[in-house]
Amino acid sequence: MAIELKMPALSPTMEQGTLAKWLKQEGDRIEPGDILAEIETDKATMEFEAIDEGVLEKILVAAGTEDVAVGAVIALIAGEGDEPSAAPAPTPAEAETPAAAPASVPEQAPAPKAAAPARAPAAADPAIPAGTTLTSTTVREALRDAMAEEMRRDPRVFVMGEEVAQYQGAYKVTQGLLAEFGPKRVIDTPITEYGFAGIGTGAAMGGLRPIVEFMTFNFAMQAIDHIINSAAKTNYMSGGQMRCPIVFRGPNGAASRVGAQHSQNYGPWYASVPGLIVIAPFDAADAKGLMKAAIRCEDPVVFLENELVYGRSFDVPDMDDYVLPIGKARIMREGSDVTIVTYSIGVGMALEAAATLADEGIDAEVIDLRTLRPLDKQTMLDSLAKTNRLIVAEEGWPTCSIASEIISICMEEGFDHLDAPVLRVCNEDVPLPYAANLEKLALIDPARIAAAARKVCYK
Amino acid sequence: MAKQPAKKSATAADDADFMLHSLQAAFEAKKRYDASPEEMLEFYRQMLLIRRFEEKAGQLYGLGLIGGFCHLYIGQEAVAIGLQSALDNERDSVITGYRDHGHMLAYGIDPKVIMAELTGREAGISKGKGGSMHMFSTEHKFYGGHGIVGAQVALGGGLALAHQYNNDGGLCLAYFGDGAANQGQVYETFNMAALWNLPIVFVVEDNQYAMGTASSRSSAETRFHRRGTAFRIPGMEVNGMDVLEVRAAAEVAFAHVRAGKGPVLMECNTYRYRGHSMSDPAKYRTREEVQEQRDHHDPIEGLKKTLIEAGKTEDDLKAIDKAIRAEVASAADFAETSPEPGAAELYTDVLVEAY
Repeated sequence: MAIELKMPALSPTMEQGTLAKWLKQEGDRIEPGDILAEIETDKATMEFEAIDEGVLEKILVAAGTEDVAVGAVIALIAGEGDEPSAAPAPTPAEAETPAAAPASVPEQAPAPKAAAPARAPAAADPAIPAGTTLTSTTVREALRDAMAEEMRRDPRVFVMGEEVAQYQGAYKVTQGLLAEFGPKRVIDTPITEYGFAGIGTGAAMGGLRPIVEFMTFNFAMQAIDHIINSAAKTNYMSGGQMRCPIVFRGPNGAASRVGAQHSQNYGPWYASVPGLIVIAPFDAADAKGLMKAAIRCEDPVVFLENELVYGRSFDVPDMDDYVLPIGKARIMREGSDVTIVTYSIGVGMALEAAATLADEGIDAEVIDLRTLRPLDKQTMLDSLAKTNRLIVAEEGWPTCSIASEIISICMEEGFDHLDAPVLRVCNEDVPLPYAANLEKLALIDPARIAAAARKVCYK
Repeated sequence: MAKQPAKKSATAADDADFMLHSLQAAFEAKKRYDASPEEMLEFYRQMLLIRRFEEKAGQLYGLGLIGGFCHLYIGQEAVAIGLQSALDNERDSVITGYRDHGHMLAYGIDPKVIMAELTGREAGISKGKGGSMHMFSTEHKFYGGHGIVGAQVALGGGLALAHQYNNDGGLCLAYFGDGAANQGQVYETFNMAALWNLPIVFVVEDNQYAMGTASSRSSAETRFHRRGTAFRIPGMEVNGMDVLEVRAAAEVAFAHVRAGKGPVLMECNTYRYRGHSMSDPAKYRTREEVQEQRDHHDPIEGLKKTLIEAGKTEDDLKAIDKAIRAEVASAADFAETSPEPGAAELYTDVLVEAY
């Protein structure tokens, strides 16, 4: 049987083109790789190569013909052993639409809400048995304890990053790990964020459980390609074959007087990416329980710490295995008049603001999101249904922020409960300045949070 | 004193450093692998399978059945087959960039599931959610299939770290192109791989063009095997159009890495006959240049000559081609007729766990 040659597409968007020139004539012998013709579109001219061998039996579309539809039969090749065909040639003008070609637009776009799998109800924090001792621990120590416990538990867990081993951590978060676990599992890297983020990600794909420390998340911008393109997307792109259980951790947000390049909150950046888990704890107990959960997690986790909180002490329950659920917010203070949603360093400020407000007779509820992706919408919406007023306090820029996301959620899913517009209290929309007075002006503080709360309470 | 690479004279600075040339010297001493007749026939069959598969993929692209970007491996077949035939598939891992069809076929992965991925069908190896550039087979320790130029080199460093950490005796074979060779993360990885003595073979598939830019227009040093020198990584320069030469080089490189001596940088000089991707009209080179490669350096024709000298007949080889054409045609049929992924697949595999 003769082989039909069809008008090729030069690009996914090409629908028709000009058959500029035939380089083979009827009766010519064709070898695979021979250039048969030149095809032109408004963008380019391309050569059309033979795939099959045989004899060019018949040219159905003459050179110079314009607007030849992709898929139209343009010539016939007699294969080996074929008799020159006497059968009538297909009409060239009728483009044959490949029957099984996938439509570029789904016939019916699936309704995300209906088709998306129902979320498992978020797990609750583990009960702390009565009589459990609480030990005052710094956030720094809590994070280290979590890593050490998980490294004892699972030999696949290791830590890598700049100054994590011999120097004991630029912020001393990895203090003591080298002595206990040795250089195989506590690896000092060169200053080469893109490279070691890639090596860590590859090691996770290869079956290990890396904890990659960035000295600060500002430097992770050099490595963000691996966090997003390699770690977050590969499970999906592989149809679920490629796991990437990795934790990228380090301080995030403004520190103190270090200027614009070292002071930025990346929470909203990472929280916008499907395929990532993003955690940003405030106190020591949450830092420990969530770090342990992050290390055990099968998905890639971005774990955002805060340098200004590292040295603060909080009670941590003395429990064998204190692991907290990912994706569950925590009500830090119950209240009935207004809800303050916040995370990371904002939690401490919101609690201070709530204390001030209490003296004025405003009873504020403070919610620590703890996980930024996936967001615990239910806890926020339940609180909104109770207080009917909500503000967001975020140490970060206002534009495209976690705050703007929460405002959207309140509009879409909590509108009927709102007695006032949702307000956001964020940093000023400028690169963070160095001068002490300007820096103070740019960052959120308890006074601004309290002011916004009064405003939505119309007081 | 070991023999210096025959082709090009080395500078005085290079002469002082024997280690960086030792592998090349061992390779020069025995440049073509002594393949058994069965092995040679298998190399031929595998290269031809890649060739026919890619031709068919080009055809299906032309018919609109394959979308997006589609980078064909035609011309480069000897690289994947020469190297991967030398792997220990129980232990070793492979990672590459977006021009990945050939590396998958070299594993003997069913052409059907590869072609079905190209057409975006549920039966595709990534359930139709990855496409041409994003295919993986963890079962075979093939880790992709990566679309960001150069990313696979650092990821390959991580796979090598896992081999070392687990002490499993495996090595990672990390392919990248002459274009990727100018990415910074490649050198970040060279540095750490050498520093930590990682079991990895870096392979530059130099097909002469970084998309449309000739390597001489993009690379200050086009002899890519020398680019490991600053990191004390020994280099090898290999004719990537000769499968037996590539295989011989693989033996030398793998033995070095398996002996715990750290990474190797191998440059395989090759040529892609088609454009960078299917939408590249390839106007940056002449037709004569491509034809010269096809006529005088084709890896399949080259091996065919060796096979015929060894007593195979044209008919023997034609029968192989016929069987491969049938296999590829049936893969294409399968890829055209199997169903697209169900709408519910949109939401699966985003995360592994439920939160």
